[in-house]
Formats: sequence, C-alpha cells, structure tokens
Amino acid sequence: MCDQTFVAITFGPCDSCSQNKPLMNIYLQNEPVNYCSLCVELMACQGLAKGETVSTLRAESENLKAKLEEERAKLHDVELHQVAEKVETLGQFVIKTRRTLKGHGNKVLCMDWCRDKRRMVSSSQVIMRSAAVCVLQEHAVTMPCTWVMACAYAPSGCVIACGGLDNKCSVYPLSLDKNENLAAKKKSVAMHTNYLSACSFTNSDMQLLTSSGDGTCALWDVESGQLLQSFHGHSADVLSLDLAPSETGNTFVSGGCDKKANVWDMRSGQNIQSFETHESDINSCRLYDLRADREVAIYSKESIIFGASSVDFSLSGRLLFAGYNDYNINVWDVLKGTRVAILFGHENRVSTVRVSPDGTAFCSGSWDNTLDFNPV
Amino acid sequence: MSTSGNVVAMKKVVQQLRFEANIDRVKVSQAAAELQQFCIQNALQDPLLTGVSSSTNPFRTQKLCSFV
Repeated sequence: MCDQTFVAITFGPCDSCSQNKPLMNIYLQNEPVNYCSLCVELMACQGLAKGETVSTLRAESENLKAKLEEERAKLHDVELHQVAEKVETLGQFVIKTRRTLKGHGNKVLCMDWCRDKRRMVSSSQVIMRSAAVCVLQEHAVTMPCTWVMACAYAPSGCVIACGGLDNKCSVYPLSLDKNENLAAKKKSVAMHTNYLSACSFTNSDMQLLTSSGDGTCALWDVESGQLLQSFHGHSADVLSLDLAPSETGNTFVSGGCDKKANVWDMRSGQNIQSFETHESDINSCRLYDLRADREVAIYSKESIIFGASSVDFSLSGRLLFAGYNDYNINVWDVLKGTRVAILFGHENRVSTVRVSPDGTAFCSGSWDNTLDFNPV
Repeated sequence: MSTSGNVVAMKKVVQQLRFEANIDRVKVSQAAAELQQFCIQNALQDPLLTGVSSSTNPFRTQKLCSFV
C-alpha cells in the first residue's frame, strides 16, 4: 500500500481546534482553510447522514458499481471494428530509413520531442538532447540519481524537465552554448514522496504536471515550485500521464498499477472518469472512448505474450505504435483492430515510443541503450 | 480512529461513484462513427499513414551536415 497522505507543507495553529499541529491545506466551499488532520476527519464524519456506517456505505458502493456497469453495457450496441468494416484497409506500412542514436551508457527510459519537431530529449542516467536531423547529440547532463524515468521538453523548446528516483522533477534551462554546465542551473520544481514516473509541461512553460510512485499526480507552478493542484484517487503507483490534445483542454489521463486509467479535471482535481481492466491481461492495448465511457477496442494477438510499456498515436489517430517487452514495436490499425506491422530493431525492451509533433517520424527508446529514430 | 477513517474513505468512494454514475454517455455506435470520421478526415495530414514525397520530407538524407 503506498503512502497517499498529503504533503504537509505547513505547521501551525489549526483553524478549528487552535492546536499547533501539521496542517492540511483544504478548501471548504472554495475558501482555503488550514485544518489539522484530526479536525478534517471529525468534519468528514459530521457530514455523514444518520445511520450511515461502513456496511451501509459498502452496500451502496456495490450498488453504484453494478449500476455503472449496467449503464455502460446498455450503450454497447456494436464493436468499433464492426463500424470500421467499410473503411479501406491500410496499405503496407513502410519505414524507409532508421537511424540509431547511441550515446546513452544505460537503458533509455524516456524520451520526448521538442515542438520544433527536430530535437528530442531522452533520459537514462544521463539526459541527452539530440537533433534528429543530423543525429547529433547536442547536450548531455548527468543526473545525480540512478534512474531518470521521466523527461519532457517545454513548449518553448528552451527548457527541459526530468526526474526519477530522486522523487523530484527538476527543470533545466537550455542554452546554445555547448560548453555551459547545464547541471548548475538545475531548479527543483516538484516534490513527491516516491519516485517520479512521468512529467509533462502543460500548454506553457509555466506549469508542470507530474505523476509518481506515491500514487498521486500533481500540477506545479514552475517559477515558484508551488503545488497548484494534487490528484488523489489511484490506489497504487501512477506510471504515466498524458494531457488532452486540445489547446483549451483542461483534462489529462493517468495510468496506474491499480489497473486503472483515470481522467482528471486539472482545475478542480476531480476524477472525472475511471477505466479499469478486469482481467489481469497486460499483454493487450485497449482503446477507451470517453464519450461512450467504455472500452471500444482491444489490440492483442495470441502470439504476443509480453506486455506493452509505451504507446502513441499517429497524427490522424489511425495508427497506434506500441513498444513491447519482447523488444518489438507493433503498429496497429486503430479502427479495424488489426496489426499493420511489426518493427524489429531493438535488442532489449522497448521502454518508450513517441511520434513527432508533426507526425513525420517516431522515435523509440530501449533498454539496449539506444534510441531508434524512424522517419517516414 | 481507524473506524472513522474507514467510514471517511468509504464515503469518498461512494461520492466518487455517484459522480461517475451521473455522467452523460453516448452509444458506442455513435462514438465509433465519430472516431472513424476523425481518422478519415485527418488521414491526408498524417505523414506516417500516407507518406511524404522526398522534396517535403524534413528527414531526407542530407548531403551536408552542419555542426551547430
């Protein structure tokens, strides 16, 4: 069971009982209030209607879960691949050239594209910034912790964020001067109570979204390092996150070891939707439609017996690239549910797969210490 | 304290489930049709799907590599 308590950032007199204790910063009717944890519990208990006990609540929760299943099942009138039967089958998927970026001395754990569509940042124990065009490594920054599990490029292309076993997400401003010591300009932004599994800038360089092994996601102000919003709801490590694509979008999805994918409202911290896989089947990729609120497609084959570690869509959403622990990348036709191609090339697990922002290439990182860059 | 902790936790679970049970949903047939339409409409703008000609391919092999 992971530690899911709030990060106690203040200590002082409680607004309710006036004792000096670690305080929880909570909001009551949109007003910020500082209560100690005892008063929060008491207040929550007062909110219980008469006669509510653990058993009545448990019964109600079972009822609601059953009702949820029923509602979702009612709408399941057809499968996605049936609707897509009339769509033209895709031609053969061809990747003409592939370039391998070596240079990481360890397993590549994460990578991200810059919005300029040419540069990438990748991480292992070292953060590397590479230029995809000439396969040129531009900058390497050694991190003090062993596994840098997350890295991200800021929208401006001037800053990168990364973190891992150090439980933090730090931000590095980039410069054109190759001799400049980037590590010296490091700034810690996010602090979790367990490893950092993923990070992403929102639409600006000013806000950073992180997910952690402590079971929470969090939104941070980069400048001040302040926690803007925290997202509680996963009951185990959160392994990945992704923001909704729209410019005005305010939601993101997170995936956790509790087999759930949760959709969150970034402003309120509310968990809007939750998707759970019932089977312990981890060898498949699944597509969930948010408006139908259910799974609409499964991408799997009997011959695939290893799990997928990373997925990304092509620009139109027709192709799904998934990197697997059997060292391959499978490319799926999202609508028809069929596999379009298998890409070999790595000598160890594929840890990350990302399509470039303009859709002209995709890059895969692997535990074989290399990145494979595949342009169209 | 642990009993009240359990109740509080259960209360949160029930509130969350109530919230989720009340969202608007559409039929899979409609959602699937919209997914399909999006894919088809954007297919031409998807280089990995349709390929790009050599002249517009930003990653074509260059003869000269300049060192920044």
